[in-house]
Amino acid sequence: MTDRIEQRINSLNKRLNSEKRFRIYCIGAMSFALAWVLILFLNIFSSGYSAFYRTVIQVDVPFLNLIEDTTQFSEMSSEDINNLSMYSFSKKAIYGLFPDIEEKKDKKMLIRLFSIEFEQEIREFLKSNKSNINETETIYLTASDDVDQVNKGNYPRDLDEDKRRIKDIQLLFFDDLVDRGLVSYEFNLPFLMRGDSREPELAGVGGSIVGSLFTILVVLILSFPIGIFAAIYLEEFAPKNRITDFIEININNLAAVPSIVFGLLGLGIILNTFGLPRSTPLVGGIVLSLMTLPTIIIATRASLRAVPPSIREGALAVGATKMQAVMHHVVPVAMPGALTGTIIGLAQALGETAPLLLIGMVAFVVDVPQTPLDASASLPVQVYLWSESAERGYVEKTSATIMMLLGFLILMNLAAVLIRRKFETKW
Amino acid sequence: MKSIKIKADNLNVYYGEKQALFDVSMYMEEKQVTALIGPSGCGKSTFIRCLNRMNDVIDICKVQGKIEIDGNDIYAPDMQVEQLRERVGMVFQKPNPFPKSIFENVAYGPRIHGIAEHKSDLEEIVVTSLKKAALFDEVKDRLYDAGTGLSGGQQQRLCIARAISVNPDIILMDEPCSALDPIATARIEELMGDLKTEYTIIIVTHSMQQAARVSSRTGFFHLGKLVEVDKTETIFSNPSDQRTQDYITGRFG
Repeated sequence: MTDRIEQRINSLNKRLNSEKRFRIYCIGAMSFALAWVLILFLNIFSSGYSAFYRTVIQVDVPFLNLIEDTTQFSEMSSEDINNLSMYSFSKKAIYGLFPDIEEKKDKKMLIRLFSIEFEQEIREFLKSNKSNINETETIYLTASDDVDQVNKGNYPRDLDEDKRRIKDIQLLFFDDLVDRGLVSYEFNLPFLMRGDSREPELAGVGGSIVGSLFTILVVLILSFPIGIFAAIYLEEFAPKNRITDFIEININNLAAVPSIVFGLLGLGIILNTFGLPRSTPLVGGIVLSLMTLPTIIIATRASLRAVPPSIREGALAVGATKMQAVMHHVVPVAMPGALTGTIIGLAQALGETAPLLLIGMVAFVVDVPQTPLDASASLPVQVYLWSESAERGYVEKTSATIMMLLGFLILMNLAAVLIRRKFETKW
Repeated sequence: MKSIKIKADNLNVYYGEKQALFDVSMYMEEKQVTALIGPSGCGKSTFIRCLNRMNDVIDICKVQGKIEIDGNDIYAPDMQVEQLRERVGMVFQKPNPFPKSIFENVAYGPRIHGIAEHKSDLEEIVVTSLKKAALFDEVKDRLYDAGTGLSGGQQQRLCIARAISVNPDIILMDEPCSALDPIATARIEELMGDLKTEYTIIIVTHSMQQAARVSSRTGFFHLGKLVEVDKTETIFSNPSDQRTQDYITGRFG
């Protein structure tokens, strides 16, 4: 008798121990996955956050050298100001930082501490403040990428001079400017507003953000209605026969097709046969819609299938037509699920790169697109483009772009969760 | 003898290859309760679902034979199934209110059929239907709360209100009390007694006591065949078929 009890206790202990081990394995697997996510985020964040601020150098610009009476600027139109010849004037304003240097070579080096658009920046300042210009104004000019990177500590100063882009004399200038308190940081608004550029300090993600948004908009407009209607037809109306089985298999296959194949399709048919403009969010959106459609259809069908059949019967039994039963009762219940599927599909499309490379959205585009018919880049393609560039400034910008992309993805997934929570039918 | 409301003639029903009903012929009297009893899978639900053509939904279901309501063949090609279901309401085994407000549940039918012209008419129909279903007093303060928030018995009465909202002649009840407790069941049975003054009721039930309590005629189904149909007293006291005798005395089923 006691033997049997002991045996039972032993076997129970064994089972409990194996359960404990099982839990440890599971927690281990989860921690491992989580650790990699953390490493990824830390890595991207630590190399990307510095792209969100930039180095500017304070320069006193003596506008009275341009015009005797600076109040006259207020009477000039923007065009008049554009026509002013300001290049040598701007250069002289910069030389004013170090009045003692005489040699032409040193002056050139000094100018190179600044972004090449310094003249343009002074002109813009003049345009936006023209009614209120004093004889001398202090303007914050964008530092060149080399200075920016040195200032942020991303650039090794102890290399031999011939191995670095920034020269000794420039470092002397820079250190002197730092001592005089003329070098400072500001929030990098141009990075968020501007398009791509060959100069890292001037390059921005604005163009690719807008390009991505236009692309997603096209995807949404195309694939949401088509996907929902196709799913409703297949789930509620289509007869179950060989043809619909065939369609179903192919939709599932479509979801598994490598995305670059859709790019080839876009190149071959949408660009070459239909002749739509290349590199545009419109074409990108059409191609990505093909990719998103199966996701939306599958998610919508699953949520339609989850609606209890008794609801359909209830509606039919009071004399509703099949369409009324579906549209009044089944679809509203299935909608949160369908929307969640759509958002997840859109998030996938947002992060997709390969098909966009083939339809030319990999082009170098400086302007921020105004319509879905303008050539543009998109966020993931921008990551790809910048990751290939040699300049040091692009390294942080690549990571910063990935941060933006991840940010958008997290926002979209959050929206999916919130929609599901808010609109889910409670039984 | 009451006048005959529904008449089924040599009804054969197939689900694909499988035959579910064999040559069922019976009639149902107007403004009476007819009960259908029999063991699970005997075809009584299949039969009742033929009466408002709910079986049309199932692709593989095929119906042969004739069902007449007021002398009209409901499987005739010119019969509009939506119109038929307006006249033949149905209450299901599991309460299935729409996941909408109590008001919307009852107002849905009249609205799609365009029965109510004005909002006040609609409100009147809703109130009358809820009263007829003996639910109004319990829900009058929360007509705009979710119908799915009611108790099981209340939900089933809401479904009855929904069925009578379009003013049918016939109400089909497919085991309406199988998911309810005895108190809720008693209320529904009581309600059936009231409703039969206005409607012809066909009820499928597993409870022989229920059939005995509520119905005037009872049909016994077994293995897809209608074994016997007669006055309820006769079926329960003096059935003519041995199988009926065995079933009602609990020897099988």
